[in-house]
Amino acid sequence: MMSQDPGDLLLEAYGLERYFGNRVALAGLDLTLARGEVLGLLGLNGAGKTTTLQMLCGVLAPSGGSIRVAGVDLLDAPRAAKQHLGYLPEVPPLQPDAQVGDYLRWAAQLRRVPRQARAAAVGRAIERCALTDVAGRVIRNLSKGYQQRVGIAQAIVHDPALIVLDEPTVGLDPRQVQGIRALIRNLRQGHGVIFSSHILAEVQAVSDRVTILHEGRELYSGAAVGEDDGELRYRARFASPPAPDVVSAMDGVRSAQAAPAGGILLELSDEAALDRLVAASAARGWQLRELGKERRTLEQVFLDLTQAAGEETA
Amino acid sequence: MMILKLAGRELRLLFRSPLPWILLAVSQAVTAWWFLSLVEQFQAVYQPMLVRTNSPMGVTDLVLMPFFGSVVVLGMLLLAAALLAMRLIADERRSGAIVMLFAAPLTITELVLGKYLAALGFLMVLMATWCVMPAALLIGTELDLGRLAAAALALTLLALAFASVALFASTLTLQPGVAVVLTAGIVLALLGLDAAVDSDDPLTRYVALLPHYESLVQGRVASEDIVYFVLLTVGFLGFTIQRLDGLRLRAG
Repeated sequence: MMSQDPGDLLLEAYGLERYFGNRVALAGLDLTLARGEVLGLLGLNGAGKTTTLQMLCGVLAPSGGSIRVAGVDLLDAPRAAKQHLGYLPEVPPLQPDAQVGDYLRWAAQLRRVPRQARAAAVGRAIERCALTDVAGRVIRNLSKGYQQRVGIAQAIVHDPALIVLDEPTVGLDPRQVQGIRALIRNLRQGHGVIFSSHILAEVQAVSDRVTILHEGRELYSGAAVGEDDGELRYRARFASPPAPDVVSAMDGVRSAQAAPAGGILLELSDEAALDRLVAASAARGWQLRELGKERRTLEQVFLDLTQAAGEETA
Repeated sequence: MMILKLAGRELRLLFRSPLPWILLAVSQAVTAWWFLSLVEQFQAVYQPMLVRTNSPMGVTDLVLMPFFGSVVVLGMLLLAAALLAMRLIADERRSGAIVMLFAAPLTITELVLGKYLAALGFLMVLMATWCVMPAALLIGTELDLGRLAAAALALTLLALAFASVALFASTLTLQPGVAVVLTAGIVLALLGLDAAVDSDDPLTRYVALLPHYESLVQGRVASEDIVYFVLLTVGFLGFTIQRLDGLRLRAG
């Protein structure tokens, strides 16, 4: 992860709030993003991801809070701030009657890319999004995957400091998803990327940090990969499993319980207990088939947090 | 100038769809038919009568004025404006394409003026075809060019107002059909106000659109009428800006 040099913060949003009538869509969210970082915004449908991104891009006015993009206040100087923004909304803002190249030239012009730099900027965006083959085709006739890529191309054509992508891989086939992930990793150099998704694997695959939203509130903000918290948690699967009580009675096993996904979850007090477990399995015919360290994955973090939040409100 | 670039872009996209071409073709056919029937009527009925009575009236009074003052021309202009209302903003809000403009370094005023100029540009093309037709009579006869210019000015002012109403109506709804109905509703209400309501009331008389237009078409270019059209246009553009700003506060 990049160091958080305050001078290079591309996005500083504090205390973001948004109400739709009486309904709270977002309550007090803080987000920061440095150059070279990818931030994943994760949440169930309706968690407030799109609302957040719309506010960051000046499409929706926040009910409260402050937003600075590349050091410029978005609410005080929207025009200057939006110059540093590239935004792919949930539905790509395409002009269906236009050709791809023509549309991207317009996107560059709209963001005030100087005339002499425009052709190069469009060429670069086309290349980065692998649109070379369809540059002369009318957008309406393109497949969903290509249209999505044209949408991303319009967001990056002016080389903005901050790139905001709302569910960039939705509706794409697995190969296209791979392509978009590679593109996001590639874009990280020299930019800050913030994107939303409700797919955990996706966020885990490309982002440095993740913020989990649930019902308009931030539930978690931290590293995107599951962390090794130093505890000795293992999962063992046997062909003829013993009762968990038998295992937990063993020396060095703090607890043992049936895991929801199958097998037995073990908490050990020292690693030597593993050897005793393997020996016991061989001696007593439990037929050990699988033994692995349990890490807290983002998925668990996510499910734990959303369930806990659900129980609280219930 | 971002406004002009936006207007240019809008016009180019508009002309990539079949709508404006079909509209231009239909308008040309309908107005030409109306114009030719007026010319024929003049030749067959009025001309002998004018010669007999030694009247000072001529082609300008009996062909040009009825042409520009007719329901056919007003109706075609209204139809064009209403169809523009379908596209201008309603369609883009529906498809989500407008978000690109909202997220661009562009003020709402620039956005509205760009769209407005595009709409006006199209109506101007339409009107140019109507002005060329009577001008073609110059080949065979003499016309009062001053009055032709006054009529063209009247049409232009009418287009200014219609385009601003269409743009406003287009921001009120996501449904293109509703935008058409709203445009037609607002314009017809303005047009027919003096007929429907007590026309002795000075306020009603001022707000009603038709008397101002007719007076200009008759060749009486009064600043009062010009100011009326400018006020109407600026008013609806102001409503449009307010409305779009409000949309950003409420939802995308």
